[in-house]
Amino acid sequence: MSRTFTVTVIHDQDPNPSPNHELQDALSTVGCPAEEEQLLASDQIFYLRLPEADAVRVDSLATQFLAGSPACRAVVKDGVEFPDRDGAEAAIVVQRRPGVMDPVSQSVLHAMTESGFDQQSCQVRTALRYRIGGIQPGDDLLEKIADHLGNGIVDEWCTFSEGEAEKVPDPFRQFPADAQGRVEVPVIEVSDQELVRISEEGGLSLDLSEMQTIRSHYVSLGREPSEIELETIAQTWSEHCCHKTLTGTVRHGDLRFENLLKETIFQVTRDLDLPWCWSVFRDNAGVIGIDDEWGVSFKVETHNHPSALEPYGGAGTGVGGVIRDTLGTGLGAEPILNTDVFCFAPVDTAQQDLPAGTLHPRRLMRGVVSGVRDYGNRMGIPTANGAIHFHPGFVGNPLVFCGSVGLLRREHVDKTVEPGDLIVAVGGRTGRDGIHGATFSSRELTEDSEQVSSGAVQIGNPLEEKKVLDGLMRVRDENLCRAVTDCGAGGFSSAVGEMGEHTGADVYLDRAPLKYPGLGPTEVWISEAQERMVLAVDPVNLDRVEQIFAEEEVECAVLGQFREDGQLRLIHKEEVMGELDVEFLHNGRPETELVSTPPVIRAATDPDPGSLSQQQILEELLADGNVASKEPVVRQYDHEVQGRMTLRPFAGADRDAPMDGCALDPLRDGRHQVVVSCGLALGMGAVDPYQMACHSVDEALRNCIASGGTLERAALIDNYAWGDVRDPEILGQIVECSRGAAAAAKAYGTPFISGKDSLHNTYRAGGVSRSIPPVLLVSAISVAEGPLFVPGSDLKAADSVMVLLGPAAAIPGSLFQMKYRGDGGTPALFDEDLGPTMLASLRRWIVAGRLRSIHDLSDGGLAVAAAEMAFGGGGLGMDLDLGDLDQDSHRALFGEGPHRFLVEVSAEQIDALLADAQDQGIPALRAGISTDDGSLRIRHGGNRCIESRVDSLKSIWKRSLEATWPTR
Amino acid sequence: MADSMKDAMKEDRPLALVLRSAGTNCDKETVHALELAGARVELIHVNALSENPEILKEAGLVAFPGGFTFGDDVASGAVLAHIIEKRLRPMLQEFVDGGGLVIGICNGFQVLVRLGLLPGVVGNGALLWNRSGRFEDRWVHLEASRVDCPWFTPGQKYFIPVAHAEGRFEWFPDASEESFPSSQIAFRYRDADGGDPQYPDDPNGSHQAIAGILSEDGNVLGMMPHPERFVRPEHHPFWMRFRGDGSIPDEKDLPVPLGLEIFQGAIDYLRSRHGDLVGEGGVR
Repeated sequence: MSRTFTVTVIHDQDPNPSPNHELQDALSTVGCPAEEEQLLASDQIFYLRLPEADAVRVDSLATQFLAGSPACRAVVKDGVEFPDRDGAEAAIVVQRRPGVMDPVSQSVLHAMTESGFDQQSCQVRTALRYRIGGIQPGDDLLEKIADHLGNGIVDEWCTFSEGEAEKVPDPFRQFPADAQGRVEVPVIEVSDQELVRISEEGGLSLDLSEMQTIRSHYVSLGREPSEIELETIAQTWSEHCCHKTLTGTVRHGDLRFENLLKETIFQVTRDLDLPWCWSVFRDNAGVIGIDDEWGVSFKVETHNHPSALEPYGGAGTGVGGVIRDTLGTGLGAEPILNTDVFCFAPVDTAQQDLPAGTLHPRRLMRGVVSGVRDYGNRMGIPTANGAIHFHPGFVGNPLVFCGSVGLLRREHVDKTVEPGDLIVAVGGRTGRDGIHGATFSSRELTEDSEQVSSGAVQIGNPLEEKKVLDGLMRVRDENLCRAVTDCGAGGFSSAVGEMGEHTGADVYLDRAPLKYPGLGPTEVWISEAQERMVLAVDPVNLDRVEQIFAEEEVECAVLGQFREDGQLRLIHKEEVMGELDVEFLHNGRPETELVSTPPVIRAATDPDPGSLSQQQILEELLADGNVASKEPVVRQYDHEVQGRMTLRPFAGADRDAPMDGCALDPLRDGRHQVVVSCGLALGMGAVDPYQMACHSVDEALRNCIASGGTLERAALIDNYAWGDVRDPEILGQIVECSRGAAAAAKAYGTPFISGKDSLHNTYRAGGVSRSIPPVLLVSAISVAEGPLFVPGSDLKAADSVMVLLGPAAAIPGSLFQMKYRGDGGTPALFDEDLGPTMLASLRRWIVAGRLRSIHDLSDGGLAVAAAEMAFGGGGLGMDLDLGDLDQDSHRALFGEGPHRFLVEVSAEQIDALLADAQDQGIPALRAGISTDDGSLRIRHGGNRCIESRVDSLKSIWKRSLEATWPTR
Repeated sequence: MADSMKDAMKEDRPLALVLRSAGTNCDKETVHALELAGARVELIHVNALSENPEILKEAGLVAFPGGFTFGDDVASGAVLAHIIEKRLRPMLQEFVDGGGLVIGICNGFQVLVRLGLLPGVVGNGALLWNRSGRFEDRWVHLEASRVDCPWFTPGQKYFIPVAHAEGRFEWFPDASEESFPSSQIAFRYRDADGGDPQYPDDPNGSHQAIAGILSEDGNVLGMMPHPERFVRPEHHPFWMRFRGDGSIPDEKDLPVPLGLEIFQGAIDYLRSRHGDLVGEGGVR
């Protein structure tokens, strides 16, 4: 006989009760900000279901543990009942939908075990009750507020106006059970039309030629496929898992690529054939050597579609997923750094400009940042490099890139799977969350996505992943597993499928620990429930592996065994649900030839800033989200945890000036530095995708060198985020982008070591399908010996000489062009000779101590870079006279292009530096001096273009994003 | 080897335990800091300590590192505090009463407060949500109070990072309305000039701008800032500005890693207490 109790924790002893922040935010968002005296309260709710015998323990659990602080008190009620509220209070109760991850409930269960509860028979669910005074009955305001407190994809809520009694749906109710037996899907004798219908209705995202190939395969086998077999094929053949577009055949004008990536980006890596590249393009992340013993892995992933629907969970699980890539690299790398890059529509986008069914970019950004923050911080991994970009083209489809750097020994880089090895699943339990993520990510976002795809969104549990990390590192260090990989998109089907690619496997699906009963075998196989890893363990090591995970409080289950005959057999309660030939699974996909249209450079339309003065343009650029300080975001991330950081995202005299990248001391001994940076030339994409790729590589490497890295050991990660690549013009952009990226990487001698593409980033608005702007994010990682040599981008002293290095800038592709509605034209071109010469010289100058500060010129051009350098100077200023540089003053001040830096050099060093620059053929302009008067002055063509107090520019630059996270 | 020699060696490197559990995440750098300070360090899981609490008798110091133990679910540090309360409370109390040193950093501080080991007998404390309503990672100026304890020189000024969402110290006195006893204040947030801080110099809005507190005897220290994150000069957020002429500083110009001094103080104190110390020969 079980009993149900509701424990409500009321924070009324706290002078400044915290959970109210969410409520205040919601009230502000719906346009009626909280008033001074208005009652606002957020009560934590714990629903407990437990055996009668444990009922006596509830009161002390509630007081000592659930409240457990003088700041709050607990009220215990029988059944699903809440303490009475004041007559004048309205209320909103928000709880997770059934089947959605509720991490807090697991921790409460843990504490209950300590208190003597019979954990096996107890269940816990949690909720929040918000109480609000001063809301009139019948006002739909309450619903609007609730809509901001919960997200319908994962939450359910009830609103109660004043005086109304609270009744909520049973928090313990379960999902209906799924069919348990083998289900066959007839394909052998059906029409093409029917094949298309099967793919669409099953959410398989397979096209007709793929379905036809499957049909022929089963015709040759003389039987029908089972549902689980079709699902497995769909997962394995999804764009997400096998990158069929970028590794497919493409005809591009006169060019023909058998395998686009292999012949562009991979080719450079293969030709360079560098001995310190330990693992490239074959594992969950690329690995480069630090020295002979230690290496670092790096991988960047996207989680765009889940983040569009449920930004907190989507971004959080994006971080969780890429961390698992690190854990699944070699025999497991230890995560030491996270990176994050986002693209949103501008935060001032008008509500009526949003496509139906999409969240406002401000809400998206807040949710995404919170998701990244909570996952990274709870895992104890510093998030210390990234960028945020804004462009109206992301209004229906934001981009969320999450990167992870790991540390591992050389002996742990390689993995093998031997027949007979046990398939060991560790981590979180499998539930109905995240079904069809791999196939969903390859589909268009529509207004109905919220409804049809809710299963594809998950809530992460970083605590679980931290425990998995702790256990896995011990297993690795004791050499107890032969291979490990993560359960990402496709869940067990992808993880076991990949590991058993050459062996096959027997998988007993009923052995997977489940979150709740009722999951069918297909669901178990393809569920993308988070925080799970799969290990290949020699049976002799099983006991020790189980013991280690038990000590770390991580569940561990033997799902089956790898075979030797190449058959993948899926068994559920002694019935064979599916049997697949891994050869067909991994190599049976039909080759398709795509035809692309090489893009043309459009004629230039000049940007039109109207009557704005250059001073005003600079102010607008500094306030633009693309340039504005990201400090309100970065401060929310723990970017110092692990105690390795030597260059932070913000430094300078007031710790609020932007650096070009970050650096850390991987072994905590000062012998090496790992430098990480990124480049994303968003504006260039609309103008020239080939140059966009070159500029992104160049920017990432310029940032890397400015942050203390070296070209001698630098590697790159590519992340494509593209629209509808079935459109030949859009496909043409991606081909040009690949060629450009390869050309730039080759010029610099820096290999790409891993990458990921996210295609089909389209959304439907007003009945029209729209693609996002083309994006290539390039992330760079470099290993430099010795202590960090880096001057930083902050001005150090007055009377230094400011030197502009690099070739002429151009308006096409610049933020200035994008912001003031210009278009087209020829951008400043990447220079394959000058680029490497410059970066090598700069590295030499930095190590020789010749530079006082250095900053790369990117969004906003020279004027913005000069201002940013002054922001870190603690009261210093700058006087620049550009002469008649670049002929046009707009171009000189705001134009952009590759290879450009502004550096600060002492009077003693300047002559030698300029002479060296001349010897090397590096364009160098003595542009002015640093001053101690706290003003930024820039002259061009004899005219004073900019004259402003640095601190007033700085406050403009700082406040844009602050508005999204107001401090109280 | 003569017994006295063995003792001397033990005394040279006192044993420090760093306690971890699910969700602890500043354990490795805390181990590193204590090792740099000269301790022999054992990183131990709370489950392992529960099975072998005897090891406390050998230790001179127990560190509760930062992190998000059990996800900070329910409240920060709540689940770990509950586990310790149910399994280890008497042994830990004995360790503290015997003069053993305990340091709780960030989440570790939250655990000690939740357990009532801090502030101890003078009413209840709580570490609550930052007034800013958000997680904050930033470097802050601290001033140590003018009390004698093993951890710091009275009045010493520090510059070290905080990184937390729940660090606002509130005090709930038992009966009187007196202010929090100044002898139990370890550190207070200051502005860059040493004056009373406003946000963000005071990152969380604590009672009396308190950043860390001591037990009555001074052997238990809890603090929100992270001294283990400033144990090398390059950990300083703008170490590159330390050279007068603006170029990259040489080793001799680099800032002193002030975080390490706190661990150093504790380990030096343990060394100086030979023969009269928990774990050092077992004499008390």
